[in-house]
Amino acid sequence: MGRYVLLVVVSVIVLFPIWAVLMQALKNGRDSLDHPRSLLPVDLTFETIREAWTQGNLGRLLANSLFVSVAVTIGVVITSLLAAYAFAFLDFPGKGLVFAAFLATMLVPAEVTVVINRRTAESLGWVSSYQGLIVPSLASTFGVFLVRQMFLQLPKELREAASLDGVGHLRYLWEVAAPLSRPTLGALGLFTFLGTWNAYLWPSQVINDDDHKTVQIGLASLRNADINHLNLVTGGLVIAALPIFVILVVFQRQLVRGLTAGAVKG
Amino acid sequence: MKRRLRDLPPALAMLVPSMALLGVWTVYPLVKAIRTGHLDCNLTATKCRDVGWDRYVDVFTSRQFQDALMVSVKLALMTVPAGLLLGLGLAMLADKHLRGIGFFRTAFASTVATSVAVASLVWFVLLQPEIGVLSDLFSGWIPALKNPGLLRDPDTALPAIAVSSVWAGLGFTFIVISAGLQSVPKELYESALVDGAGSWRRFTNVTLPMVSPSLMFITVVLTTRALQTYGEVALLTQGGPNPERPTTTIPYLIYGEESLIRNNLGLKSAAAVLLFLICLVFALLQFRMFDKRVQYSR
Repeated sequence: MGRYVLLVVVSVIVLFPIWAVLMQALKNGRDSLDHPRSLLPVDLTFETIREAWTQGNLGRLLANSLFVSVAVTIGVVITSLLAAYAFAFLDFPGKGLVFAAFLATMLVPAEVTVVINRRTAESLGWVSSYQGLIVPSLASTFGVFLVRQMFLQLPKELREAASLDGVGHLRYLWEVAAPLSRPTLGALGLFTFLGTWNAYLWPSQVINDDDHKTVQIGLASLRNADINHLNLVTGGLVIAALPIFVILVVFQRQLVRGLTAGAVKG
Repeated sequence: MKRRLRDLPPALAMLVPSMALLGVWTVYPLVKAIRTGHLDCNLTATKCRDVGWDRYVDVFTSRQFQDALMVSVKLALMTVPAGLLLGLGLAMLADKHLRGIGFFRTAFASTVATSVAVASLVWFVLLQPEIGVLSDLFSGWIPALKNPGLLRDPDTALPAIAVSSVWAGLGFTFIVISAGLQSVPKELYESALVDGAGSWRRFTNVTLPMVSPSLMFITVVLTTRALQTYGEVALLTQGGPNPERPTTTIPYLIYGEESLIRNNLGLKSAAAVLLFLICLVFALLQFRMFDKRVQYSR
């Protein structure tokens, strides 16, 4: 019984910020100023959410985020599959060295490379463009590593039998290795999608116009509204957070497996 | 030997996409930043002169960088232990087979769905003295909530950012530590019980050693995240409040719109390279430190 009381109290504390924002979003502008304290909507209304949608241009922002995230996810899965295949199934001089070099790039955080990458984007004419958002993220060392681990667990005999039958590398990759690795590819896809959707630093540096903004950097413009319209931020937050909540509820198991893969194996 | 040479062309073809992308967007910018860090540039970066490796010493010992480094370290000291302890607490609380425990687990994990921008803006709204609920509920306790508002008071701005990022990271730490707890074999607890170990002894002698790989992983992730904090600062305080700028972290010093070195490419590059070295040192230190104590669960 005591544990239940504790569980309820702690849940209330953890969920409080989400609840407070949601309730604020379900009030109209007047009520959010007159009754900021009330944690239940005075008159339940979608007025604030609707206004945030138009004022914040959220349709455009969500479409941009969706397009960029899907493109990056597809790209990362493809580049990771290809590179992982070379590391797992092929034998070539200098393989160990190349693999070590790949792993070493994981030590370089985005916060270090963005200074120069912004310059590179300028010289390519990619500032404020979809290419600028997508192309720099199309390769993932983490993805290569993850898929390689998966490929190494596939039985060697499978590969040998296939090459005796004259099955080429690409056909073996698409028709045997990739389908057998579906759970791993799913986890990689989920994490790439979420990572791209949530990215803040790079989009904030490479996008200067409103047409190409993603949700994450576009939401901030609602914040700059005057104090009487700050409730619009809450409306924008609800719209921006909802798709991710839905995705996470649907893909809960893949998420937990992916998050814990790095931890439990030590 | 024959096979190795025969495999070379297909291997190269398959590696080229990843290698080219990582080369252009990860390796090149690092190398280029190291070289650009030597440069002393004018404001528009049209004229630069090479001042050599000493430039790094100058930047590292400069007032701005030292201040930002202190802010980043303070932020790490606030967020890492708090995140670790709260995550462990929540995980232990939810590690029981009870009716309806699934609901509580989902609640504890829920913040994993928030991005940096969403979490920061949630707290931005909550902490506004005018419409934020918190100022109404708790300003008796913490007067700064109402006047001038936590984010506008130089003493409370950084702790407020820490609260926001600990909350945002809670779902992640909870999920990872929970998985660690679930992988502890139940027989270990049973034999500890048979040996007459009390609940504190069972915690220190069974639970802690068994979940230490998860705790190490979390410590590394949280420290790195703290040192790389940018979005929270950009959205909550813009490095301010001025003139003390008590929330200008190293990434904000490099990338922030309100940063004082915003247009100086040489300085920004040098600061980025130093940030890289600091992250590297922290990661290696932590691995060494834990290597001696961690029990691996295999």
